[in-house]
Amino acid sequence: MNVAAATRPESIRAILSPHWIAQRISRVLLHVAVIGLTLVWVVPTVGLLLSSFRPFSAIATSGWWTALSPPYRFTLDNYSQMLDQSNLGGAIFNSFMVAIPSTVIPVTIAAFAAYAFAWMKFPGRDWIFLTFVGLLAVPLQLTFIPISKFFVEHGITPDNLGALNLPPWIGLWLAHAGYSLPFSTYLLANFFRALPSDLFESAEIDGAGTLTVFFRIILPLSVPALASLVIFQFLWVWNDLLVALIFVGGAPEVAPLTVNLANLTNSFGQGYQLLTAAAFFSMIVPLVVFLSLQRYFVRGILAGSVKG
Amino acid sequence: MDFSVLLTDIPTLLAVVLGVPLVLAAYIVGGEYLVRRLPDKNRPQLRPWLWVGPAIFLVAAILLIPAVFTVIQSFQDNVGTFVGLQNYSTQLADFPSGGAWIAIRNNIVIWLIFYTLFVLAFGLILAVLFDRVQYETMVKSLIFMPMAISSVALGVIWKFMFWYQPAGSPQTGTMNAIVTVLHHDPVAWLQDQWPNGLAVLNNLALIGAATWGITGFSMVILSAALKGIPGELLEAARVDGAGELTVFRRVIFPLMMPTIVVVGTTLVIFALKAFDVVYVMTNGNYSTDVLAFRMYNLLYVSRDPAGASAVAIILLVAVIPVLIFNLRQFRAVEARR
Repeated sequence: MNVAAATRPESIRAILSPHWIAQRISRVLLHVAVIGLTLVWVVPTVGLLLSSFRPFSAIATSGWWTALSPPYRFTLDNYSQMLDQSNLGGAIFNSFMVAIPSTVIPVTIAAFAAYAFAWMKFPGRDWIFLTFVGLLAVPLQLTFIPISKFFVEHGITPDNLGALNLPPWIGLWLAHAGYSLPFSTYLLANFFRALPSDLFESAEIDGAGTLTVFFRIILPLSVPALASLVIFQFLWVWNDLLVALIFVGGAPEVAPLTVNLANLTNSFGQGYQLLTAAAFFSMIVPLVVFLSLQRYFVRGILAGSVKG
Repeated sequence: MDFSVLLTDIPTLLAVVLGVPLVLAAYIVGGEYLVRRLPDKNRPQLRPWLWVGPAIFLVAAILLIPAVFTVIQSFQDNVGTFVGLQNYSTQLADFPSGGAWIAIRNNIVIWLIFYTLFVLAFGLILAVLFDRVQYETMVKSLIFMPMAISSVALGVIWKFMFWYQPAGSPQTGTMNAIVTVLHHDPVAWLQDQWPNGLAVLNNLALIGAATWGITGFSMVILSAALKGIPGELLEAARVDGAGELTVFRRVIFPLMMPTIVVVGTTLVIFALKAFDVVYVMTNGNYSTDVLAFRMYNLLYVSRDPAGASAVAIILLVAVIPVLIFNLRQFRAVEARR
């Protein structure tokens, strides 16, 4: 670029030199490639978004791209029918009730454990931590059968808990908490270990107790890591299908959005245009979380993988 | 549509949102209070277990002990009698299309190779290209956006992308609209078991959808690694007359290799655990079964927990090389501390 700028005043011939032209062309090609690939990535979502605002007669007979040219015929019918005919409105409440405790419980317990792993000495510490690292890769499938059996035998099922006036999601919370702990503990322990130790050693000399050090020094210093982990875990639980299917799949009235949306897709039939609206309805919360807190989300992914 | 459920359940909502953190805080504060009452000698011995205890308990109860039970159950029939390797021989019978073989092939050959390669290749290409433009942040977040949505929604999006109408009717699916513009007959992407019933095409269609969703993940990590390469190194190579492709092949790529390996192992695990996309898009039909889906089906449709346990263990065996690699990697990092 500098070369081109410097030669510009000298002569037209220099501007049109093969080198300059090659550089221009490669620049243009770069932008074409970048914008082209991005468009390819955006098209599936935009296509479905446009479809969700088109009347059924139009969806069935023409592609979403025809909606880009006049006559424009957009409608909210799909959304209102979807909310009338499915229980997705209640399911969004369930999703919150599943995702909030399934985030709070493991992150809190992981923070306790990470503190111990990072700054306390106890027998077997390194081996236990190594076990957590090993469990990062273990497929959850290995646990489903015994846990559901145990839950059924001990009344930790949605029906039974509901009858006892307890939140029907307790089993699902415990499962999500257990599944998340290896990763959450690993991430936070790495972060806590990297904190400067003199900071709380001096606090301890000043007579601060373990609780004070944890709540007043470690947690405030770890807000970025905690925020990343919270967002990561919340989105993971909100978007989870498999674990929810296993533990509350048989009770659609307490099941989260993903399970209800998946049920809709399997009963496709005549109302398939409603699915377009339902899919977008299920994306609202994750997209809001993602767009407002993207930086933390990305940071969490980097911390979880690059150090790994 | 009845939003009143949201209002009537506000007590539940509050109880849960406030109650859960309260219980957790009460545990640690109360526990510390009790530990402080202990004699000086016992305090440092007990305190760590107070802090690490709940995590160890939950991990043992939810992951470790159930895993052991599943191993045991894979050697028993559905009433609990020891049957040796019978569950495995049922799952591994009639190679190449009986038992779990289609799922094994799809997971361990098609998904593992193509999913991992596609995601790494796209992630790397996008990271390198985006690094050179000023509007990098914007295009990156557009690529990354599918990471935020559920695989169920992703499945719906791609079901419409792959929508198929017989030749002659208007094609409303994007892929078939493109194909017919190119004067080719419309393709039943999710059903077509091309070539010769081997079902590579429809599995690749599923993998394509999954790749679209996860590429943002590899792009973000690879992009961070790319930015970690010192600029002087690249300048030095360019001053020595290396072209951009040579710089990429000889400098950028080797320096990014450790990160590519780490991302790759994560993707291998994702590939082996594939479930949602298959569940939503094909329901395992047309030879698109995978191990996680087969296990779910055996458990809830066929009511065969013994067979499901054997499939879960097959999945574990497939993951073990990655698990060992992770542990070695972890040890190496610890040794460098």
